[in-house]
Amino acid sequence: MSKVELKNVTKIYDKTNKAIDDLSLTINNGEFFILLGPTGAGKTTTLRSIAGLEKIDNGQILFDEQDYTSIQPAFRDTAFVFQQFSLYPHYKVFDNLAFPLKSRLRNFSKEDIKEKVEKVAEMLKIKSKLNNKATELSGGEMQRVAIGRALVREPNIYLMDEPLSSLDAKLRETLRVELKNIQRNLGATILYVTHDQAEATTMADRIGVLEEGKLVQVGTPEEIYNNPISTYVAHRLGSPRINIVNEDVLSLENSPSNTKKLGIRPENIKINTGNFQGKIRTIEALGAETVISIDYKQIELLALFQGIFKGTKGENINFDINANNILYFNDKNESIR
Amino acid sequence: MAAIKIENLQKSFADFTAVKNSNLTINNKEFFVLLGPSGCGKTTTLRMIAGLELPTSGKIYLDQDEVSLLRASERDIAFVFQLFALYPHMNVKNNLAFPLKMQKYSRAEIKERVMEAAKLLRIDNILDSKISSLAGGDRQRVALGRALVRRPKAFLMDEPLGTLDAEFRELMCLELRKLHDDIGATTVYVTHDQQEAMSMADRIAVMNEGEVLQADSPSIIYNKPKSKFVASFIGSPAMNFIPFNQSVQKNQTEITIEGTKIIIPKQLEESTTQENFLGIRPENLKLVSNEGVAGNVFGIEYLGSRKIVTIETKFGKIKIRIDSNVNLKIDENVQFIPSNDNQIIFDGKTEKSLISEFLN
Repeated sequence: MSKVELKNVTKIYDKTNKAIDDLSLTINNGEFFILLGPTGAGKTTTLRSIAGLEKIDNGQILFDEQDYTSIQPAFRDTAFVFQQFSLYPHYKVFDNLAFPLKSRLRNFSKEDIKEKVEKVAEMLKIKSKLNNKATELSGGEMQRVAIGRALVREPNIYLMDEPLSSLDAKLRETLRVELKNIQRNLGATILYVTHDQAEATTMADRIGVLEEGKLVQVGTPEEIYNNPISTYVAHRLGSPRINIVNEDVLSLENSPSNTKKLGIRPENIKINTGNFQGKIRTIEALGAETVISIDYKQIELLALFQGIFKGTKGENINFDINANNILYFNDKNESIR
Repeated sequence: MAAIKIENLQKSFADFTAVKNSNLTINNKEFFVLLGPSGCGKTTTLRMIAGLELPTSGKIYLDQDEVSLLRASERDIAFVFQLFALYPHMNVKNNLAFPLKMQKYSRAEIKERVMEAAKLLRIDNILDSKISSLAGGDRQRVALGRALVRRPKAFLMDEPLGTLDAEFRELMCLELRKLHDDIGATTVYVTHDQQEAMSMADRIAVMNEGEVLQADSPSIIYNKPKSKFVASFIGSPAMNFIPFNQSVQKNQTEITIEGTKIIIPKQLEESTTQENFLGIRPENLKLVSNEGVAGNVFGIEYLGSRKIVTIETKFGKIKIRIDSNVNLKIDENVQFIPSNDNQIIFDGKTEKSLISEFLN
């Protein structure tokens, strides 16, 4: 595995459309790095550029300090996992997993191949399926095989393009923990892209937030959640979403002088205490917690309540906001620290 | 708007039964969600209500009228598909007007209905835009609008948000629910995402292998599941199930698992077997410094306002929900205990929950 660096990488489509714009990023050896952003932010283009599937218009791509910018994809030794798993349907699971090892470039013996395939199958809990045809698998098993087909190799980097997004919600949750564990045990370098913030915060060592082709913030999940550099980043993490309101809505005493907007995470609005008073708009019971939408001076505030909330729509409700947890933003929507 | 009732509904394809003997009543103005894993029969049920599939046996009623064998076009029901089936070369206005033109409404009527739907969905400012120039969310709204202009008796939606970004999906959930509250349309909504179901539904029907297992409000489904499947399918992360080897008697208030005594709610029903399961939700467990069940930390999932810790124990992997400011390390030794007695015993043979004072 390698350290992978992008230096001032730019990719332009149709002469003017900058899919990635002067992007610099270092993914350390053994790091699980996740690029997070909505559709069109440049996530997939970044992956494809590292794999060599896109020719970049500017900048450099380095693997362990060596310049790979103009190396052919086949010689970059990266392993790609796509969103839509593409297995060979007429092959058995074993042969699907063994396929990347049979390349002439690699030259593995039969025994080597068998050992590697079985080790990966064990890790991904598909050992009992090795003799099944790919078409006889469930969706979750197919995606395990697709991930396994990358893991049988030890490339410079694993590149994963939303590999869990086509799976059922439940399965996604299970695979999240498993994939993180496998990565940790292998010490694998992974660049993983997703629009799903839960995937990002639960698996990543570090997250890079993309906005229209630009990398706007890099940090651990905690850093990005607690200290977002802008309202854009603040919106990317947190479910339910952060409340961003104009400064005068709450008229706090100790805001920095250039404050224009305030950011309050729903879990920092405490219900049935404090001097703020609003009306309950809606109550969403999500099981372990309840999301309460409060109408405060005609502004909607979302509060996250632990457990089952007893109350009804239209009722008045008191709430409090912990001043230590408020984020302040200036007129450019940048965070004030 | 209308109530929908299905009676002993069954659908077989050759030797495969997609829907088995289903009974459901969907009340007028209700937001009703069919929830289950892929292949559970939820979409087939929806398609039968729409008239896109005909039942093998059983009946479907729209209010008092039996519609089981009527064509889709004769049912006055609007279907919103997962993929935006819009005409890309037409503008928004013409996309909205299309179903009305087909049914030969007058120009004035079409104009009125299109404006009404556009205002409700807040797309009245983009009526002249081409579909191809719109963002995903606006397209989804246009697709909804096209269902809305027909003023149907019921809306049927098959994972309408399935193709959207996670973040955007959350916003659209809120919008859909608001729209529902505004127009009070009976809605049947199919999804495999329990969170979508919990946040939008008045009632949820959980399906598995062609059967409706339970139909209740989100909070009853979450807190008082009738079976192990329902308990495991609802909630993120899922409920923990700890197997134990002991039959359960009436009035029992304690069980012993691997030498650890665990207080359970007073049981009102006995088990049919010796091999049963204790079900505890991750938020009903807490970390303690001693005298708890011991294990090693296997995974830590940070989720902003909370963390989910997976602990490897002698009972298998257990998930606990903790505050996000608690710091733990992988492989660290920790102990935990139940924080209340909101636990459920599941019969190992029938997989049904045993009635207790908590469930009663």
